[in-house]
Amino acid sequence: MATSSIRIQAPHLQPPKLMAICTKEAKYEFLKCLRLPMYLVSSLLLPLMFYVLFGLIMGRQMIGNTSMALYLIPTYGTFGVMGASLFGTAANLATERGFGWLEVKRASPMPVFAYFVAKVVLSLIFSLITVLLLLFMGMVFGGVHLATMTALKLIATLVAGSLPFCAMGLAIGYFAGPTSAPAVINLFYLPMSFSSGLWMPYMFLPKFIQHLAVFLPPYHLSQLALNLVGSGLAGSAATHWQSLTGFALVCLGIAWAGHQRDQKIHG
Amino acid sequence: MTEVAIMPKVETSHDHGALAVHCQAVSKSYGPIPALANFSLTVPQGTLVSVLGPNGAGKTTAIRLLLGLARPSSGKLSLFGGDPLSRITRIRIGAMLQVGRVPETLRVREHIDLFSSYYPCPLPFAKTVVIAGLGGLETRPFGELSSGQKQRLLFALAICGDPDLLFLDEPTVGLDVEARHLLWNEIRQLLARGKTVLLTTHYLEEADALADRVVVLNHGSIIAEGSPAEIKTRAAAKTIRCVTHLPIALLRTLPGVLKVAEDRSVRLIYCSEAERVLRQLLQLDLEISQIEVASAGLEDAFLALTRASNGPQEGQSSLRQEESDRGNQQH
Repeated sequence: MATSSIRIQAPHLQPPKLMAICTKEAKYEFLKCLRLPMYLVSSLLLPLMFYVLFGLIMGRQMIGNTSMALYLIPTYGTFGVMGASLFGTAANLATERGFGWLEVKRASPMPVFAYFVAKVVLSLIFSLITVLLLLFMGMVFGGVHLATMTALKLIATLVAGSLPFCAMGLAIGYFAGPTSAPAVINLFYLPMSFSSGLWMPYMFLPKFIQHLAVFLPPYHLSQLALNLVGSGLAGSAATHWQSLTGFALVCLGIAWAGHQRDQKIHG
Repeated sequence: MTEVAIMPKVETSHDHGALAVHCQAVSKSYGPIPALANFSLTVPQGTLVSVLGPNGAGKTTAIRLLLGLARPSSGKLSLFGGDPLSRITRIRIGAMLQVGRVPETLRVREHIDLFSSYYPCPLPFAKTVVIAGLGGLETRPFGELSSGQKQRLLFALAICGDPDLLFLDEPTVGLDVEARHLLWNEIRQLLARGKTVLLTTHYLEEADALADRVVVLNHGSIIAEGSPAEIKTRAAAKTIRCVTHLPIALLRTLPGVLKVAEDRSVRLIYCSEAERVLRQLLQLDLEISQIEVASAGLEDAFLALTRASNGPQEGQSSLRQEESDRGNQQH
């Protein structure tokens, strides 16, 4: 008992470690999405299905020295990590913000940091799974051969390249309504993917779209990945990374503005 | 623009140490609309204080301010003498809020496990399940729970960290009578273990069953405060409508009458003991007619009482106001 009767009892308890909370938060974020059919379709199924269709079944021609089956791994890989990131962050954030669940979490002792870390970790994990599956399909059914080092670089590039799209997802998640979020995401996701040459190779795109593509972040990520398999176009890796970083920063700025706006309305 | 004063992080002032909640002249406006005005509240440790009021009275705003989810436009507030936003304070707090949708694919066990991990000394999982009455539902996804079970899971998430202070925002909304009484029992057991509870409700019955003290909120302001017994007596006001030729001045002097208003030929008599007043009326006026007795709604009862207690000068003018309000309602 405290010496003074008006002292607070047990003031010495320390909060649990941030790392432990982040891990648990990420684990359940993963389980939550793993059981959501809509999420699995957008992040895993669509890229794989397209790849099987265009890369394996129909892909008999060559693009330069690269087989279609190889060429489409970086591009559908980019498509996949984009989907995993956008739906992992934007759709979840918009729903949880809109229906008051974020409020319940904020009322608990959870550090808000852990909430966002979990969303990003989830996106990274699903990005990794998507890329691994594409590589597996290409190697087993598409006759794709990649040196281990190249394959590892490709995986690392695509997974790291998902981060700017997590930032984009946060930006959308702060402005989209809880029910309209998936539609809003697709409104950005699908045209951006097409125009960046993720579905059909860049050189098959109409000229004006080719000019547009250099302004689109998925184009830069796909070029980085294509460089690794020897099919990249002109443009240094540094430029591509800079574009992606710049894009990520702009998105974070928009997300921050959305956060401030929420605070004003509800705070 | 908006000054936010929050109490210092550590308990520097000893007189706040015994208070779980200390809230002084807190106001909050969203744009031009005041959601809460000059709200002062203290909750001593180990007690249950209930904030009672109709929907839209500002109860949820008060809870959100105390939880640090919103910032007051002015005023000071502290929990256990500390800043509601600091983690050291937060690990002593649990909250059950009204929520639209909870992640539906996570199971009961997983939700509880996650929320328990936020606290240094959570209750054992099995105990949380027993207290919240979720036995047998541990592996069920949230989306497959009934609405009562969902409500109980939210209660479980609020208590799983074994917090010293519990905020319950309308915890029994949507529960049937039996489930409501079960939850009341659980809340009583928490109090028996020395926990502090701040509960909002729009049921007088609920405040009466649980609270040590009741604060009545309407239109963002506290309009009455006291023990449940006091509040109940005052809220038991009745309205007698009748046509009588007795002068209003005389009606006001009858024992038990709180307030009298006129609506054309009809007299509206607000009183605490309707039977006694009726007996007198029938004796004094043999031609009295069209008698109707109704219990004043919670809101009406408290409004009437606070107006009546404002003294005769102001009482007069507010009666006229009330009269014209009622006239308007009828058209």
